[in-house]
Amino acid sequence: MRLDLGLIAEMVPTGARVLDLGCGDGDLLSALIRERGCQGQGVEVSSDAFHACVAKGIPVIAADIDDGLTDFTDNSFDVVVLSQTLQATRRPARVLHEMMRVADTAIVSFINYGHIGLRTRLALRGRMPVSPLAPEQWFATPNIHPCSILDFEQLVHSEGLVCAERHVLGADGGPGGRWAQRRPNAFAAAAAYVVHHSDRVRTGPR
Amino acid sequence: MANPDIEHGSIGEVVTQRATLFERNAPLVLEGGATLGPVDVAFETYGELNAQRNNAVFICHGLTGDAHAAGHHGNPERPGWWDNFIGPGKPVDTREFFVVCANILGGCMGTTGPSSIDPATGKAYGLRFPLVTVSDVVRVHRALIADLGITKLRAAIGGSLGGMQVLQWAMDHPEDLGAAIVVCATSRLSAQNIAFSAVAREAIMRDPNFHGGDYVDADTRPDAGLAIARMMAHITYLSEEGMRNKFGRRLQNGTTPRFGFDVDFQVESYLHHQGEAFLGRFDANSYLYLTRAMDYFDPFGDMEHAAARLADLDLPFLVMSFDSDWRFDTSHSREIVRVLSAHRVPVSFREISSPHGHDSFLLVIPEYHVTVANFLRRAELPPQRRPHAS
Repeated sequence: MRLDLGLIAEMVPTGARVLDLGCGDGDLLSALIRERGCQGQGVEVSSDAFHACVAKGIPVIAADIDDGLTDFTDNSFDVVVLSQTLQATRRPARVLHEMMRVADTAIVSFINYGHIGLRTRLALRGRMPVSPLAPEQWFATPNIHPCSILDFEQLVHSEGLVCAERHVLGADGGPGGRWAQRRPNAFAAAAAYVVHHSDRVRTGPR
Repeated sequence: MANPDIEHGSIGEVVTQRATLFERNAPLVLEGGATLGPVDVAFETYGELNAQRNNAVFICHGLTGDAHAAGHHGNPERPGWWDNFIGPGKPVDTREFFVVCANILGGCMGTTGPSSIDPATGKAYGLRFPLVTVSDVVRVHRALIADLGITKLRAAIGGSLGGMQVLQWAMDHPEDLGAAIVVCATSRLSAQNIAFSAVAREAIMRDPNFHGGDYVDADTRPDAGLAIARMMAHITYLSEEGMRNKFGRRLQNGTTPRFGFDVDFQVESYLHHQGEAFLGRFDANSYLYLTRAMDYFDPFGDMEHAAARLADLDLPFLVMSFDSDWRFDTSHSREIVRVLSAHRVPVSFREISSPHGHDSFLLVIPEYHVTVANFLRRAELPPQRRPHAS
């Protein structure tokens, strides 16, 4: 399993009902079901990944998350996960809004385009950035809405949501180094957040 | 071992069996309160039931299907209606599963229905046959598997009305099923669906040979009405694209229109043939009863009642639809998915691309067949804790 998925798995409460958007081959859900007693549901647009999930016994719905989460009713999950996919959606704000409709906790990870390496590539060489996490050239990348850590936090705030936890990640998907911890927007390759409704902070944990 | 049937993925020659279930003293009690007993059931089985009796799969057929789902009755050119789906190496692999398919209650292919003899009168029931529901159909399926010594099915599978039976079965008796596969079905017919059924029934009942359902006594049959009903239904089973590709505006003979009211276009000839072929094998009263059972089907209608049943439902569902199906379009399947998911039922869903409309479920479409095969052979997960619904 990808290192960042291991980190996300640890952010999910034991026994939670989890919706994984863009669940791929179901590695994260498989780990959550087997190791954390969770009930898992995946959404995946790729045909091969859909078949892989079905063969593994992981419930999966073939859908494009850009079309909205219309198959799911309000608050039907405890946790909804979107891992390294937000920047590839057509309408990230709407996706975030939909996530918070179907669950009251969202875990979102994304590539940090504020990273110093990406900044310098554009600033000094005048070329669109590529990185180990996003190696495709501008014309081939699925990442049509790149954002930085600061950008994401601003979006969460403007949507009336709250970042309850932030975990910075290095390029290998593991916990970032000292500089990434200290200055995440410049030195973290990626980040994973736990996002809540703002009213949840007032009412406290259930 | 050179068995040509196996090499071609066929079960080979099969025979339809018959079971007599329930008794006059211990009859089947229908949802509407009426009783039937004994009840004859025509069924077929394929593959071997294993020693643990835990490899059985039940196939639920659609409106006009029968027990003869796979293999053949002597002529390999005329296999059962789902032969491309059931057999060695096929999605429902008979090397692994013991497959049961039974004609449904209210039908006319060997299972008790309105054309059966009413023991009270010695004549065919006709419209004196009690109204049956999809739940009643499931009651008879359950009695059959009990008779076969099976207490739990690996899965129940069905398309269209067959899928509706699977959904009802899962809600009525989830303990019977290890999994449910529901293809191009619905949890409730739309007004348009009911409208089509209504016109079909009108065609039958207004046929001068209908005789209030007692056409057998009058030694006649409402053939015109039944053929019209079938022709119209058949239009809803195909898609606009499928019809355009298959027939277009091509004429039956040559390229010059004959400018008359006889069959001239190829599509007319096709429908005519479908209507005529149907007469030889289907009973008009069964058509009335089974379409009516579909109209009234609404397992999620009383949501409070349904929620209580769904709360106990913990078996994996596979729901599928086809993008060109307008009889039960994808929104019908998505509604099933939405309700199941809202009640924490593990559900997989996919809309399959196919130009062949509602009939797609009977065709070989690789993405569809692979999904069913993978689902039936899916890895077992540990039992998932089900947090109480909030």
